[in-house]
Amino acid sequence: MTEIVVISRLVPDLVEELEIAPSGKALDLAWLRLIINEFDNHAIEQAVILKEKIGANVTVISLEAEGVEDMLFTTAAKGADRLIKLTGLDEEAKPTNQSLAQSLADLIKEINPDLILTGVQAHDDLTGDLGPQIAEFLDLPYVGYISGVSVDGPLAKTFKEYPGGLLAEMEITLPAVLGIQASEQPPRYVAISKVRQMMSTASIEELAIGDLDVEGGFTIDRMYLPEAAEKAEMLEGSEEEVAAQLTSILQDLGLL
Amino acid sequence: MTQDIYVVIEHIQGELSDISYIMTAAANALAKSQDGNTVGILLGSGVESLKDNLALDRVIYCDHPALENFSCDAWKRTLIALFGEYSPRVVFFGNTTIGADLCSSISAHLDYPIISACLKISDQGLITSQICGGKIMADSQISDKPTIISMNPGGYKPEEGQGGPPGETLTFQAPGLDDLKVKLVQFIAPDTSDVDISQEKVLVAIGRGIQTEDNVELAEELAGLLGGTVCASRPVIDQGWLPTSRLVGKSGKSVKPELYISLGISGATEHLEGITGSNIIIAVNSDPDAPIFDIAKYGIEADLFDLIDPLLEQIEAAKNG
Repeated sequence: MTEIVVISRLVPDLVEELEIAPSGKALDLAWLRLIINEFDNHAIEQAVILKEKIGANVTVISLEAEGVEDMLFTTAAKGADRLIKLTGLDEEAKPTNQSLAQSLADLIKEINPDLILTGVQAHDDLTGDLGPQIAEFLDLPYVGYISGVSVDGPLAKTFKEYPGGLLAEMEITLPAVLGIQASEQPPRYVAISKVRQMMSTASIEELAIGDLDVEGGFTIDRMYLPEAAEKAEMLEGSEEEVAAQLTSILQDLGLL
Repeated sequence: MTQDIYVVIEHIQGELSDISYIMTAAANALAKSQDGNTVGILLGSGVESLKDNLALDRVIYCDHPALENFSCDAWKRTLIALFGEYSPRVVFFGNTTIGADLCSSISAHLDYPIISACLKISDQGLITSQICGGKIMADSQISDKPTIISMNPGGYKPEEGQGGPPGETLTFQAPGLDDLKVKLVQFIAPDTSDVDISQEKVLVAIGRGIQTEDNVELAEELAGLLGGTVCASRPVIDQGWLPTSRLVGKSGKSVKPELYISLGISGATEHLEGITGSNIIIAVNSDPDAPIFDIAKYGIEADLFDLIDPLLEQIEAAKNG
């Protein structure tokens, strides 16, 4: 049966206010609210769609973090077969993607999958993208910015997105690593009751990960919130008042 | 290792991408603090003339049929061979659908440190990156190892990298490129039956904040009153609520309307890079820290659903009055 591995990460929820750690050189992870990396969510969806179409065994691997169990059980409710949580990470510093990719590559080798899917990027990465680095350590081909994957014997057929809406139809020899931008259907919703059910029936394997590098061969001098050169002129007041101001701006622009 | 700063030039279907000029501008900024030359690497087939307008000291051109269209596999093998021969100080790649496929692989293969999402180079040679959808900035210093920098648009204008032609062109012999594991079957051109949002004068853009498919018609109604068209950021397109032809940003279109009204779009970097050509941006978002307010002319911190009804009413009244 086709064996699929998905790497899924939690990332800071950008709706929340982000803070800088006292060192001034990293995000403050203490109070950060984490959510699933949206592209990884699409990678999970694509894996489950492939499982439904061709039959596959889907393993989801994630790193220990606040909320990771919920995330893993949610993927099980969607159809993932095996859940792995990597433990023993430094709680205060994010590992570099190179060292994480090396560790993941060692683990993935044992699973020996046909297809490795992960989100094409994670918005908090400063040390490159995980997918191509894993591919390199496994000596496998990689294509990123993929929307939609089908498997045809020894080949994956995919569409790579380019700017301007241009698509490239690609054929990739399996095994391969794909950086998913969008699944062929939007990620499905699962009822919380189904996730709860998984909490009592599915299990999460814990694997200790070795020491990972937290320095990527460059030095971070400073991390900070952006200082906008020019912020928008904010329209203030009740909704009616703001609507009136906006209408008058549109009139001045000659649009009404 | 030389002190030379390299730029991996990007092109799609015979046209140079703007990121190539933007990287050239960044490379020239960094070369000042490193005291090195700037060198472009141009891979392709029959595209040597693409180098002519780039403000670089030198170009290395590698012509091979397998390099004609971007293939991560063929381009990567060629670049690894090339960096073995010319040891770079720094290499710029675009943080684009082309460059991002390459730079992380090459970083892992050659054990070069990589710094993501660079927006700007400071006079002191600091690399300023923009992460977390534009909400966090980081200033980094390169070490003494050859380093890869992936470059975001937005920090330099393409014109700043224009000039040329480069003083010297060297050629490079591609390594063996048979047995490729990634094959381009065909390009599929964007659907042209829909309106071309890059030509529209008024755009009403919706993002995650629109919440449901049914709400899309509120934006349609506003666009209708203003004689404009509805477009969207990625989450709306991924849900299938609007066709891909309406996508604005990194893998969608760059737009340049007179007026861009954004409803419930936070303004992640991937989206903002497609709207910087807009004349006036008006943004509605419930998060006062949303990056969209940094580039908008007018901002409204509000729940768009509270605002839309009074706005539609008043616009209608103004049109009828």
